[in-house]
Amino acid sequence: MWLWNKLKQLAISLRAGVVTLHYPFEPRPAPAGFRGQPVWDHTKCIGCAGCANHCPARTIFLRDICQEVRILLYDSARCTYCGRCVDLCPEKAITMSDKFELATDNRQDLTQAIELFMMTCQRCGRCYDLEIKNYIDRLTLLGYRYDSLEVRKVIKKSTSEFQPEMLEKTATYQRPERLEK
Amino acid sequence: MWEKLVKRAFRRSIWVYHCNSGACNGCDIEILNVLTPYYDVERFGIRLVSSPRHADAMLLSGAVTRPTLPLVKKAYQAIPAPKLVFAIGSCAIGGGCWYDTYNVTGGGDKAIPVNYFIPGCPPRPEAIIYGIALALGLVDKKVAPVELKQMEFPVDMYRQTKLWEQRNVIYKLLGEEDDRYNLY
Repeated sequence: MWLWNKLKQLAISLRAGVVTLHYPFEPRPAPAGFRGQPVWDHTKCIGCAGCANHCPARTIFLRDICQEVRILLYDSARCTYCGRCVDLCPEKAITMSDKFELATDNRQDLTQAIELFMMTCQRCGRCYDLEIKNYIDRLTLLGYRYDSLEVRKVIKKSTSEFQPEMLEKTATYQRPERLEK
Repeated sequence: MWEKLVKRAFRRSIWVYHCNSGACNGCDIEILNVLTPYYDVERFGIRLVSSPRHADAMLLSGAVTRPTLPLVKKAYQAIPAPKLVFAIGSCAIGGGCWYDTYNVTGGGDKAIPVNYFIPGCPPRPEAIIYGIALALGLVDKKVAPVELKQMEFPVDMYRQTKLWEQRNVIYKLLGEEDDRYNLY
């Protein structure tokens, strides 16, 4: 009887099989919709600081280092991976990747820094974010500056008299291209 | 060769002590999940022990709150000398959302020296296993600091204008070629 019970147990345990995953030696991708480390697309980012203002853990910082460059700094270590920055981003520049293998012995490995090229306000001299629909911003990116007297004449002319050529020229404007590594 | 064989044969097992310093239980549930047969960490000789005196490593979860600060320090001191500390979850690394709250010391980093950081809120069980495997030397580190640039300076903003095209006209009028402004 005792032996028969043992044999039955053996049959049950053999039928169960092995469930243990061989994880660190085999890749195990995250399920769909998993919120891993957020990734910034620097070609799309306009530096509006919406993500920095709404981050619950305050892991995103923006600093202006000069009139034309703003630096976005993201610290993944304290991040709660809530995905709020992704929902907020007006340009859809942030995506939640499925990267979860972030363990490290150095906290600096978890940071992302982006140098953003900004427009300069001619009144206060500080950075402001570029708007694609704003024609004055488009002209600035085409090379017109209000601070040089020669160009100021051109701007006045073009704004007082509507020129469809200028509008067509600005319509094809694209954001700065991705730098090659 | 003999030494290698001995090292392989008598590789030390890490016995871990789970220290909750005011966590929300999310990370604790994931740590317990790691010990289940599904993720079976006893493959690497990792065992959960109830006393820090038996432990080699500490799994710290939770932002270290003010009442638990002396207890965490005591538990750290009780672990015998070659010791590792794993900070598990955003709270244990830097305090998470509560990094500057009055009742929180600001993460395990400020209370005790932390060796390995495992971010996540909570981290997946796989992420915890990955962190421990990193400490054991079974896997390579996958993260590195990222630096991106939108534009390389000096800016070629003036290149498209007429002024830029005519920048060397004056030297031509003077009858000499000057490459002073041919930067590009």
